[in-house]
Amino acid sequence: MSGILKRLLQPFLAVALGLALGLGIAALGGDSAWVILKALLNSAFGSRYDFGMTLFYSAPLVLTGLSVAMGLEAGLFNIGAEGQMGLGALAAAAVGIGFPGVPWPLAPALAVFAAFLAGATWGAIPGWLRAKRGSHEVIITIMMNFIAAGVASYFTLYVFKAPHSQNSETSSVAAAYLIHPFAFFMDAPVSAALLLSLVIAGGTALFFRRTVAGYELRAVGANEMAARFAGIDVGRSQLLALTFAGGIAGLAGIPEVLSASGRFRMGFSPGYGFMGIAVALLGRRRAMGIIAAALLFGALQKGTAYLELDTQHVTRDLSQILQALVILSVSADGLWRWLKNDRL
Amino acid sequence: MTGSEILELGGSTARVSTPLLFAALGGWVSERSGVINIALEGLMLVGAFAAASCAHVTGSPWMGALGGMMAGAALAGVYAFTVIPLRANQVVAGTAINMLAAGITPLLGAYLFDSTSGTPSLPASARFHSAPIWIGVAVVGLGWVWTRYTRTGLWVRFAGENPEALDAAGVRVARVRWVAVLVSGALAGMGGSSLSIFLASSFSRDMTAGRGFMALAALIFGKWKPVPAALACLLFGFFDALQIRLQGLSFGNGLPIPVQFIQVLPYAVTILVLAGFVGKSSAPKALGM
Repeated sequence: MSGILKRLLQPFLAVALGLALGLGIAALGGDSAWVILKALLNSAFGSRYDFGMTLFYSAPLVLTGLSVAMGLEAGLFNIGAEGQMGLGALAAAAVGIGFPGVPWPLAPALAVFAAFLAGATWGAIPGWLRAKRGSHEVIITIMMNFIAAGVASYFTLYVFKAPHSQNSETSSVAAAYLIHPFAFFMDAPVSAALLLSLVIAGGTALFFRRTVAGYELRAVGANEMAARFAGIDVGRSQLLALTFAGGIAGLAGIPEVLSASGRFRMGFSPGYGFMGIAVALLGRRRAMGIIAAALLFGALQKGTAYLELDTQHVTRDLSQILQALVILSVSADGLWRWLKNDRL
Repeated sequence: MTGSEILELGGSTARVSTPLLFAALGGWVSERSGVINIALEGLMLVGAFAAASCAHVTGSPWMGALGGMMAGAALAGVYAFTVIPLRANQVVAGTAINMLAAGITPLLGAYLFDSTSGTPSLPASARFHSAPIWIGVAVVGLGWVWTRYTRTGLWVRFAGENPEALDAAGVRVARVRWVAVLVSGALAGMGGSSLSIFLASSFSRDMTAGRGFMALAALIFGKWKPVPAALACLLFGFFDALQIRLQGLSFGNGLPIPVQFIQVLPYAVTILVLAGFVGKSSAPKALGM
């Protein structure tokens, strides 16, 4: 079997296994797995609008996937992408509300910069604690998610509150900040913000392949002790990894704030930060793989969004179950080793 | 603060520490045997759901707790299967188990009660009033005796510290770890049960709110020993109780303290505790291998 096919086989089988298990669980409610699958595909790809929404969900997933992958490359598990993204989105909205006079091409750039900075700050804290104090980054990043939610809630309700809105959302950003959606996808808010994800994906690939810092970071992830003996500053690489990871995750709220709602809405994320874990693992931490995995999970997110209407009992929560099962399938090393040794 | 207020704060500290205590003990059994347990959060969540559901159907908190423990053990079985024979990365698989629990509880809620947000409210007769606190204290004591003075307790510790030696002594390491992870699931399930049928009167979506991770932090802070870990749970419980007590309080100038700042208190304390925790790491040597 050729190299590329062999590399694609495992993720493909893992997705198939995860989907089969998930649909099996969903079918316990009495709906047939076939009906659920059809509803899923139809909702994700049924029309130009549907496909546009799939792309809209995929764009943040590319970024949160890259964020998680950045941590994994350095041997760290960043499950704080959700909070980093939330504060990034809040910062983008804050700039858009606070500096309404900035002219057009500069304005969205400023918002993107603010989002990166906010996310990077939120990532640097667990990075620093890990590097200097040896604190468990998984627990710290999860706690940081809860604190980010509190901070976002405070700023939304007390500082930038939309005056006449019943919802927990800030007022709108100035018009110069908006990136307008492409007309092709009807009303789906897919815009040039999608390209931002692709640019960052390319950028991280270059960072890992062409820079010393990227090389050192991967060396630390591959074998911390060896990296230390080779004279690499392990703590610095860990701090750098989680800071970049936070910054990239911070950008994931940009499509929502600058193209979809034009403001920060609490609870806008269906869990992009956690889905990034599945995206990074399935995409094997590589830019192309992450883009493909983000498309898949974007389609799953859109596909499950209206399951309540199309089936008797299945709800959109199926999306999270499918993600979990795909992660379990991908990471079940023993299974794949057994297949390789005995079958291939 | 008056004397009765301090007493009240002490009482609520004991109550809100209980779910953490069971979960931390669950984490302790698993990690002592060498298996990292990031999945505590998810095990607690299915335990909370199953306990509230069973208590609703049977009308008995004891049956509820039994259901919660069985559900926790069942999901722990899925976890054990992926990390022991299938050798999945333990942190990654644990996170997946948490996501699975977060997705499957509302889905089952929709199947059973036609609601994705929670289970029906329980009458006082179907809830615990103080029993989980005493059970928790007893389990800490039993755990201490078990690891110190029994042969199986020694096996669990060896599985985590020196699995080769245990193997050489003719004990199957994988089997010891399987049992430890299942017991861990049952304990975390009991932790979840004390959340839904002791502190609250129903299950609500994502009600564990990071407590599984706090339990893990307590375990690390307690250097993987049952009594210090239990004391760490009390510390986190105290800040949780304080947080509840402080809501609605005002600054000196009469402006109310924003509730968001108060609610993040337990999470901030957890970070501070982990950040301040220096000294030789005392994790089981073969943890995660």
